[in-house]
Order: sequence, then structure tokens, then C-alpha cells
Amino acid sequence: MGADGLQNTPPVGANVPVLAPGHTYATITDKISSIVLLQKTKRGWWGGFLVALSLLGILHIAIGYLLTVGVGIWGINIPVGWGFAIVNFVWWIGIGHAGTLISAFLLLMRQAWRQSINRFAEAMTLFAVACAGMFPLLHMGRPWLFFWMMPYPDTMGTWPQFRSPLVWDVFAVSTYGTISLLFWFVGLIPDLATLRDRAKDRVSRFIYGGLAMGWRGSAMHWHRYEMAYLLLAGLATPLVVSVHTVVSFDFTLGVIPGWHSTIFPPYFVAGAIYSGFAMVVTLAIPLRKFYGLEAFLTLRHLDNMAKILLTTGLIVAYGYAMEIFMAFFSGPNTYDHYMMLNRMTGAYAPVYWSLILCNIAIPLTTLWFARIRRNVAALFAISLVIQTGMWLERFIIVVTSLHHDFMPSSWAMYYPTKWDWAVYMGTIGLFLFLFLLFIRFLPMISIFEMRGLAHELKEKEGK
Amino acid sequence: MQRKSKVGKPLDLVQIQAKLEQSAEKRVWRGLEELAGTPDYRDFLATEFPHDPRADQQGVSRRNMLKLMGASAALAGLTACTKLPDAKIVPYAQQQPENFVPGKPLFYATAMPLAGYATGLLVESHMGRPTKVEGNPSHPASLGAANVMAQASVLGLYDPDRAQVVIYRGRIGDWSKFLTAMEQRRAELLDAKGAGLRILTGMVTSPALGDQIKSVLAQFPQAKWHQYEPCNRDTVCEGAKLAFGEYVNTVYHFDQADVIVSLDADFLSTGPGAVRYARDFANKRRITGPESTMNRLYVVESTLTSTGAMADHRQPMRARDVEAFARDLAAELGIKGSNAGSGVAGGNYFPPPGLVAGSNWLTALVRDLQKHRGASIVIAGEQQPPEVHALAHAMNDILGNVGKTVDYIAPVEANPVNAAESIKELVTDIQAGHVDTLFILGVNPVYDAPADLHFADHLLKVRTRVHLSLYEDETAELCHWHVPEAHFLESWGDARAFDGTVSITQPLIAPLYDGKSALEILAVLDGHAGSTSHDVIRGYWQRQKPGADFEQFWQTSLNNGVVADSALTPKAVKLTTSVPTTAAKANAGGMEIVLRPDPSVGDGSFANNSWLQEVPKPITKLTWDNAALVSPATSRKLGVINGDVVKLSSNGQSVEAPIWITPGQADDSLTLHLGYGRRRAGHVGTGIGFNAYLLSTTGNPWISSAAVEKTGKTYQLVTTQHHHIMGKEGEEREEESVAALQRKLVRGATLEEFRKDPALGEENEENGPSMYPPFPYKGNSWGMSIDLNSCIGCNACIVACQSENNIPVVGKDQVRRGREMQWIRIDTYFEGGLENPGIYNQAVPCMHCENAPCEYVCPVGATVHSPEGLNEMIYNRCVGTRYCSNNCPYKVRRFNFELWSDFTTPSLKPMRNPDVTVRTRGVMEKCTYCIQRINRVKIAAEKEDRELQDGEILTACQQTCPAQAIVFGNIHDKDSRVAKMKAQPRNYGLLEDLNTRPRTTYLAKLRNPNPEIKE
Repeated sequence: MGADGLQNTPPVGANVPVLAPGHTYATITDKISSIVLLQKTKRGWWGGFLVALSLLGILHIAIGYLLTVGVGIWGINIPVGWGFAIVNFVWWIGIGHAGTLISAFLLLMRQAWRQSINRFAEAMTLFAVACAGMFPLLHMGRPWLFFWMMPYPDTMGTWPQFRSPLVWDVFAVSTYGTISLLFWFVGLIPDLATLRDRAKDRVSRFIYGGLAMGWRGSAMHWHRYEMAYLLLAGLATPLVVSVHTVVSFDFTLGVIPGWHSTIFPPYFVAGAIYSGFAMVVTLAIPLRKFYGLEAFLTLRHLDNMAKILLTTGLIVAYGYAMEIFMAFFSGPNTYDHYMMLNRMTGAYAPVYWSLILCNIAIPLTTLWFARIRRNVAALFAISLVIQTGMWLERFIIVVTSLHHDFMPSSWAMYYPTKWDWAVYMGTIGLFLFLFLLFIRFLPMISIFEMRGLAHELKEKEGK
Repeated sequence: MQRKSKVGKPLDLVQIQAKLEQSAEKRVWRGLEELAGTPDYRDFLATEFPHDPRADQQGVSRRNMLKLMGASAALAGLTACTKLPDAKIVPYAQQQPENFVPGKPLFYATAMPLAGYATGLLVESHMGRPTKVEGNPSHPASLGAANVMAQASVLGLYDPDRAQVVIYRGRIGDWSKFLTAMEQRRAELLDAKGAGLRILTGMVTSPALGDQIKSVLAQFPQAKWHQYEPCNRDTVCEGAKLAFGEYVNTVYHFDQADVIVSLDADFLSTGPGAVRYARDFANKRRITGPESTMNRLYVVESTLTSTGAMADHRQPMRARDVEAFARDLAAELGIKGSNAGSGVAGGNYFPPPGLVAGSNWLTALVRDLQKHRGASIVIAGEQQPPEVHALAHAMNDILGNVGKTVDYIAPVEANPVNAAESIKELVTDIQAGHVDTLFILGVNPVYDAPADLHFADHLLKVRTRVHLSLYEDETAELCHWHVPEAHFLESWGDARAFDGTVSITQPLIAPLYDGKSALEILAVLDGHAGSTSHDVIRGYWQRQKPGADFEQFWQTSLNNGVVADSALTPKAVKLTTSVPTTAAKANAGGMEIVLRPDPSVGDGSFANNSWLQEVPKPITKLTWDNAALVSPATSRKLGVINGDVVKLSSNGQSVEAPIWITPGQADDSLTLHLGYGRRRAGHVGTGIGFNAYLLSTTGNPWISSAAVEKTGKTYQLVTTQHHHIMGKEGEEREEESVAALQRKLVRGATLEEFRKDPALGEENEENGPSMYPPFPYKGNSWGMSIDLNSCIGCNACIVACQSENNIPVVGKDQVRRGREMQWIRIDTYFEGGLENPGIYNQAVPCMHCENAPCEYVCPVGATVHSPEGLNEMIYNRCVGTRYCSNNCPYKVRRFNFELWSDFTTPSLKPMRNPDVTVRTRGVMEKCTYCIQRINRVKIAAEKEDRELQDGEILTACQQTCPAQAIVFGNIHDKDSRVAKMKAQPRNYGLLEDLNTRPRTTYLAKLRNPNPEIKE
């Protein structure tokens, strides 16, 4: 505790523990489970929940109106056939990536520091995928026919058109959603059992008991559990790369200048992790503050995450640089050359330069400095800036490429309408709603993994 | 025996024999058992056929009796609701029209009168419902083509806003009451010898109507007949009088002319012969190879028109300066004294000095004309004063064109009058109290009469006012009686075309709202109350052709849509020796305003037609509005940008109009299109735009000086091409055009360059590699070729496509959002700055790419390649991801963002083409190459077991194109027209470097500039 005192920040490095000293199994379990079981619902939580509920209400109205009138309520047109819906889809999917990366990739890499952030990061992934998954459905002209994109036998002999990246998207995103849910739930089982054992009232015991699926903590349980978790991690790891690669195919397989580019898959993945880690930071900082979890979410965690932000940010910057280079390298009077000039100087130039400011100029100059990485307030602000920047990046890719493509006669502007904003804000509400429920009813930090961490640290000390 | 086992007992054959003999009648029997009638057999029947109705024959149970009684009583009650008709019913099977096959359309010839002049049409009728209008190939004003207004007329017929009932003093009246009232009025008027009776019609070319009115006037000697058309041909008429001392009609033969000079004349898109002239003009510009020749068009005009866009040399010039130019031109051609009064010899009419000043434009033009004596045309525009027309006649005379490229015929109008004078006289008479009963037939003078007449104020002084029109419009509001007019597709009539050819027009459908034609109203005055328009027309023609072969004449004329040999023969006229030497009007400085009929809604009578409102106007691409068109330089001078509202004052009247900066517009000249600012047009046309008629006066109907003031207000104008943030001086249009030329979307050269290098420096792109195997084609493989050299950008194809393919309209707000639905569009690009640019009009339908970017991205396979190379849309499979549209490099796909097809208005349902799906919300659509037409012809050919003929399948856009710029056909057939066009060296595809291999290709535009002119 008290480790985030801003003035007398101790040096944070590999030598700083990922768990504040003095914690035993019991204190860890007490601390985390009490948030769910014992503490009164905080006033701040209620405030947040109210905000989330209002935004959720807006989402309901927006979707209701959308289904009644059609996608014409949005600002999309010909040539800009995709607008906020696809921007938001890619943004949310990207945000989800950090959770998977932390839980699966870092698990395989045996990164001990992941254990205090993986639970809520996974939850974040799940809720982000839920938000993301709504958009491809809602953006369809006839959303009630969404199942036509799935392969199922029907009397008409119709079948999805497998050359279309949108069909790949269906598989990529649904697989991703399924694996994320399984991974998150499997990881929860031992903790659910803990909650079952500690719950005071019958209802909680019944619910947690049911969800714990008869977990008794026997050696055989643990053995199978470890195996299943590892396998799931193995399955999820390729998804970190594949999902956003497939999402990038939605663009790269098109012929539109600004879309048709081979650099998209890696730079989309990097961008996804960039925005995802920014979101983890955005969530972690208030959580440790409001629930007094500084002992578990130490500055070491924040510092590590900031370093990942810096790394992925640099990859993203490289992507931008390559895009610019390729556009100008292909020579004057080419479509790509025009596209890049139009991004930089055209009608959406302010958006483009804001994106460069948010994604490159601000984070990639500041995150080099340990002082800033360890400054909680600064890091929080930077994480928000990055998320804005990543949203703007998707806007630039989707909208500016389409608004001035091949036929000058069809060039047009895209202006989002209030309904575009309503759906976007609505999904933020949905995300908050789900996340607030999660932190209220489930342990936001993995209890048993923290206990394992305590054990490991003790072993180290013992030697 | 099987039977035996079934019925249980052996049969007694003897007994059966006896039974058979007993029965008197011949019996048919199913088996011996039946004959025997054994109880076993009855049991068997009962078990085998438990519901045999015969089972009930033995008696009706009480319960069934009650059921039957109840049902009968209820059904008996039902019949009481409708009175059965007294007439004998003739089954449809016997009354069916000849050749009537359900599902197969029939075509009937008729004609559309436009400002009085006929264009021959063939109208497609499905099960008795007219659905689509085509030009009549045997009609001289059409030759198979039709303009936008004709194409949209079918929507006018079904317009739910049409007047539907007789109105008397604001309340619903009825026709019989009207007849009674008019009979009474007639008796009074007869006593007064017609004093106080006035009839106001549009310009009448109808021989029957003219005859009828004459008959009426004979009975009412003191009555008068006035004719008024807002977009009239008074200047043409007066010009002829000035030149020849009499009114003669001029017929031009553009197919014979090598050099054409247009003095502010938009002969390709306005005027009675425009459709025909466009064809003739285009025929002289068809280039097949380096040896081909081409006409040369010089245009001086204030507004960039479709004609100006085709010019080889064009000079923007204030409309009021054209006269001085014409005088100089005439003087140079040797017409003495023609520029005596102008005092501007040497011409200061070329406005931007530096552009042409010091150029040899005029002298080169004169030499060119003199080189082409007898093969040139000088034509003056309807907005120009009579003097310019007279000078044009004199020039044609001195160039030896008369009898070769120019013919004069007797007036085609039944009684040619000066429309402005005519209505002025009417107003004067009203003012003097001489008018007591006024019949206003088919015109709307309250809206469109010159503002200085204050027609509405005077109209109210007339004691009985009767109005006949399609809509309850501004004039109907002020009349006692309003009678709904029958649409031309609902009524009999006749009319002459520009060359005098008569068409007898037949109705395609019974009047939807019991509308009446002018013939029926006048029949009342004529003493034949109750005669139908059919009676009048047939009666008239029977009197003209009294012979026994009348029936044959009647049938042939109706069938062909033209009365054989009715074109007026050329008439010898003599130029009056004195060419107009009246002093030219002082070449006043300052701003001028020029009024012109709107290219879409004309004089305003089409204001309620949403197809015409939404079709982007040529060059400006404005929809749903009119605007004050100004040149970029003038906009700088006035300090205004697009959408700024200015107040224009002229002749004591003023209107507020939004500015639209138009390339090629003459400096210091504002062009205002008429037809907007309607107060009572209907749901579509009311309250949009501003009423430019307010600036029109009887003295200065078209051109006047105006004061321009900024108001500080802005107004949102909506276009289909420049969906941009509005640029200050049209930079966005320049940027677009620069990009389009750079990307070689439009290609052009001079004829000279083309002769040197027919491929215009382009190498034909080899087909690039594709990941997917090529499609195998057996038989047909469709393709289209569009000749940029012929396309005049008249929009007829757009509206034809809209009508053929049930395309919805979306309204101004949705067009603003970039969601217009037309499947074919005309892109306009400017070359060489915005002051006096060269124009490229490019019709863009679906390219039907061989490697179609839309096909492989559709997740559900809703857009697929057909075995004949078409890129097909399967509407009911489409889920609306819009990926196909995003990936379409040509952006020809259109999406139903909302439910735009009108599924509810009853009158619009019969209008739709039954062969084309009406699309619902959330579905992508696009040009199909009119697949329904392809299949109709293919099925017919298959039934007749023959090969398809080239030219047998016409797409809707192709069929209506006045310039025949669009050719569709089988590109595998090397002898087809389309294959030959595609084999031309100037053939190119759009964005070929993307390896999409489009099936729609273009022929580069050629210009034929005068080599002597250095610009």
C-alpha cells in the first residue's frame, strides 16, 4: 500500500515485486472475495451503473429505431457504405485483443505479472467482443437475415460465399467469442468455488455453487484444470493474431486505395493490442484506486503495460510510415498517392492529424520516460488518448478511403448522424454495464492465481 | 375372386341381368356389384368413401337443416350489399383484345403533346395498364427516341396528386351538374352572340381541336380564342414575320449540315424537334475510322446548355450581346446593313478580353460557313429577340442553305398567334369588363403568365371561370369550376409534330379519375354536350377522309401513330429585301438575367413529377431546385458563393434565388430556370425553388437587366455529383475534373489527332492475371458501348431506366446525403478551367465487369456472374452488407438505406413494370442491362426456334437515347454493332488498370475544331 505515492516513487524494475509484500493466502482471499461478498455496494459503483444504464437505454432506443427505419438513420451513403458501425466494430474487437494476449500469450510465456490483471482483462475481452459483435449485425440492411452468412443446410441449396472476407469474419469473431468465454469461465471455476464456500446466504451459495460445477479442489481437479487451461491458452494464442488479421482482410481484399495494402494484418494486430492494453490501463487504474487493490495491481504492472503500449505503438507508427512511404513511392498521379494526399490535406485532414497526435505524437514521446510510465494520472490520460487515436485510425481507414476513391464523380462526404453517435455511446454503456456487474458479482482478480503467486514468492524468499 | 371376397356373397348374375333389362335408360356401370345393388355393396361404398355426398340423400338431419338454413340466410344477406349491374355480363374471355396474352406486354402508338407539339410514342401496356413510354420509330419527331418529359409522363398519369373530381366553388361537384350549368350558360351566351366568352388554351396544333374551336367561334361570333404558352415560340414566329413577312415554321436538316452556328439555341434539348435534331446531329458525328468526317458546331450562348457542351467552338456571351454578334456575323457574310444599328462592329461581345480578343474567331467562322454553302445551318434560340431570328434566316439564305439544310413550312399551329400578345389582349379585355365567361383549358396562367399582367388579380373579375387541368393548381384555386383533365395517355386527341406530321393519339387506359379533355369541354359549347373526345376526333377525321376507306385509314393511322403523308411540304418563301435594321438595343452594361425553361420540369407543368425533380439537371447536376446560375468570375465580382441567396430585382419585381456557380456561364449573366416556386403543384412540387416567372414581363419575356443584391441568407442546394463541402468557386468541380482526366476516365482528342493516331496514344491493355479461372461462355456474351462523341447528356436514359426498372425516388434530403437511386448517371467533367471549359458527359451504368470486385466480397452470394457475362443481383438473397458497393470502383451500385419504394399508394401500383421486382429496404440494386428485356426476347426467339438478331434486344437507356450513343448486344458476335464499336481504336474501358475488364466500354470523345482558330 502507498506504493503509488507520486512524490517519493521508488524505482520500479524487475526487482519490484508484482505482489506487495506481507500478503498470505488468507489475506489475498479475504481481500478479493470481500469485494464481492462482504463490502456494501459502493456509491461510486451505483453512480457508474446509473451512467451505464442510461447509455444502455440510449442503445435500446437507437437499435429500436434502427430496426424500424433502417440503416438510413446513419450517415452512410454511396460511396461511403460503411461508417461508424464498422469503425466501432474494429475498435471494440481490437480492444478485446489485450485480454486474450494477457491471459493466453503471457501465460504461455510464464509472465507472473499477468496474474493480477488477467481476470478483468479477460472480462473486458468478452464484453468488448459482445459490443463488437453487435455492429456487423446491426449494420446489415436486413439484420434479421444474419444467419444467411452461416453455413447451414437449407432446402434452397444456398450457401455462404466463402471468398468473402465477411464470411471469414463470422467464423473468426464467433470462434474468438466462444474461446474467450470458455477461457474466462474455466479460469473462474476455482474462484467460484471459493465464493461458494465463503458465501453467507443461501442464494449466493446456490448460484456460486452451481457455477462452480462441483469444484472441490482435489489434486485430480487441479491436474485436469491445469491441463484444460493450458490447452485453451494454446488455442487462444493464435487467435490473438488471427482475428484481427481476418478483420484487416475486410479491407485489404478490397480494391479501394487505402484498403488494398499488405501491411494491414500485422499493423492491425499491433493496433489491436495497442488499444487493448490502453483499455486495460484505463480500467486498472480506477479499479485499484476504488477497491484499494494497489497491493495486487502494483506500479510494476502499470509500468509493464506502458512498455507494451510503447512497443505496439512503435509497430503502429511503423505501419503508418510504411503506408505513407508506399503511397509516395508509387509515384505521383497514382491512386494511392492521391489517397494519402487526401488524407493529409483533404476534408478529413483534421481527423488524420488528430490520429497522428493521439497515436504517435503523444504516447510515443512520453512513454519512454519511467517517470511518466509510473505516474498513474498521466498513464490514465495517455491510455484514453490512445483509445481515441485508435478509434480515429479506424475512421480514417474506413471513411477517408471510401469518400474519395476511383470515380471523382462519386466523391462525397460522410457525416455521422446523432444515431451513429447514439449506437456508439450505447455500446460503451453496454460495456460499462457488463463490466460493473462483473466487478460486483465476480472476483475481479484471480484469487487462486494470486495465492499461487504468493506461494511462488515465498518459495523464492525461502531459498 | 377379389370382388367376391370383398362383398362377401357370390353374385347372382341372373338377377343382375334382369335389373339391366328393367332399367329403361342406358346405364354405365362400374362393376357387377353396383348393378346388383346389394346391401353389401352399399356397405362397401360407405366404408370406402365415408364422405360420399350421396350418403346424405336419404334425408337431412335436423341439425344439418339448421346449419344449412343459417348459412343460406347469411349468404343471402351478403348479396344484398351490392346491387347487381343491370347490364348483361360478357365474359372477359370473349372480349379479350386481340393478341392479348397475360404476362406479355402490348405496345400502342400514341403521341405526347409538349407545349402543343407532338412527339410520337409507343407505350408499353401490361394487362391494360400503361407502364413504360418509348419513342415511336415511325414518327419523325421521335425516330424511336423520347426525351425526359415523355419518359416521365407515365408517372404523371398515375400521380396520386392529380385532380380527381369536378370542383364547383371549392366543393366537390360533378360532371352532370357541370354539363347542366354549361348548357344554361351556353343558351345565355348564344343570345349574346358570344359576347363576353373567352377561351384560353395552350398552343394548339391539334387539327380537330382547332376545327372545333373554329366551330364554336362561328356560333359565338363575339367570342375570342386566346392561346398562351409560358415557354412559347413568339420570337421564332416574329422573327419569321420579320424575315419573310409571314409566319413560317423552320425545319432544319442537321443530318445535311457540316457547319452549324447556334446563336444561343439549345436545339439539341429544347424546342419541338429537339429529339429528332439530336439524332440527326449525332449521325453527323459518328466516327468509325480515320476516314470518317464530322460536322462542326459553333455555339455562342449565355448558359452552358447540352448543345453548348457538344460545341467544337463555344463562346460564353451575355444573351443580350448575341444580337450584336449575329449582326456582325451577318455583315461579314455579306448581308448589307445588318450591323448598321449595332455600332459594335468588331464586337465587344466576347466578354473576357484576353480569352478571345484579337482572335480570329469571327473571320474563321465566316470562312468556314462560306466553305460550306448549302451544307451549313445558322439557328437562333427561342430566348433571342426576333431580329436575331430574322438575321439567321437571312444568313441561311445567303449561304444557300434554304431547300438543303433548312426548309420552311406553313405553320403547324392551328392558329398561330403571339402568345404574349394574346394573353395581354385577354387581360386588357378583362380590365375593360368585356369578359364574362372564361374557359381556361389545360394551362395555368395564374402561375406562369408574365408578372406585369397580374393575371390573378384580373382573373377574379370574370363572372364565370372554368378551368380544366391535370392538377388543382394555382389557376384552379381561383376558378369557379374546375374539371379534372384527362392525361394524354387517357384520352383521344391529335397533334402535329414540328414538321407538321399529324398523330392521332389514342388512350392507353380509361381515365383514372373520370378526367375530361378540352375536346369534351368545348363539345358542350359546340352544342354537342356529352360527346366524347373519341366522337370528336373520329368525327373530324371522318370529315377529312370521307371515302369508303376511312376505317382502313383510321386503323392504319392509329397503328402507326402517324397520319401518312401529313408532314407539311416545304414552302417557297421570299426574304423581305430589308433585313432588320432597327437599331439594336443599347448594349447595356450591368447584370442581365436570362430565363429559360427548366431542363427537367420545363415550364413548371411537370413540377409534381418526382422522377423529373430528382433527375440531376445537365451540367449543374442540381436536383429538386432551381438556382441563379453565375460564372465563377461573376461570383467573385458579386462576392457570393454557392448557396448564397441573392435578391434579383427587375422591372419592379424581385425574387430571392440561391447562387450556383456554373462553369461556362457568361460573365455578368444570371440564368434562372422556370418551373419552380409552385404554390399548388402537389405534394412533390409545391414550395420548392423560386418562381422565376415573377421576373418575366410581356415586353422582356426572357432577357432583362437586373439588380443583384446579397441578402446574407444561405440556402442548401443539392446535387448528385459534387457531394462535397461546397467550394468557393467550384474548386471541387475542378479537382474532380482534373482527377478524372488524369485517370483517363474520359478521353478525348481532336479529329485531327484521331486521324493521326486512332488509338489516341493508348495501348490496349492486355487482360491481367486473375486468381480465378475464366468464365466459360457459350452463345451470348453481353456488352455495351457508349459513344462519348454522341452523348448530349440529356438525361433521357436516366428517367427511362427509372421507369423500366421501378427505381424509387428518395427526395432532396436523401440526395443531399448521397443516396440517389438512379441506376445510370451522367457524369460531367470540365476540361480547361471553369471559364469556358470543354465538357465531357459520360453515362455510367453498371460495367458488368468480367473480374467483378463486387462478386467475390458478397458473403451470401447475392451478386453473381451469369452464364452470359452479366453481373446479376439477387435481391431476395441480399442481406445488405454494402461491401459490394464499397468495393465497386465505379460506384454504380445503389442501396435502399430505407424503405423508399412506395408499396402503399394504390395509384402507383399499376405503374410498375411487372417484370421487375420492387425492391424493399436493406437491399442493394444496380443496372442489370435490363435483364427482363433480354429474357423476353430470348424466350420469344427460343419459341420460334431461331437465333437472336443483333439489335433485337434494346436496353431501356439505349432505346430512348435520342443520339443513339448507347449500343448493347452480343460481343461474341463479331458482326454485331456493339462488337464493331468495341473494335474501334478509340474504344476504352474505365479504370482498365484495375483488371476488372468491364463489359461497358466507351468511345473517346472527338472534337472537330476549326484549324484556323487559335484559341
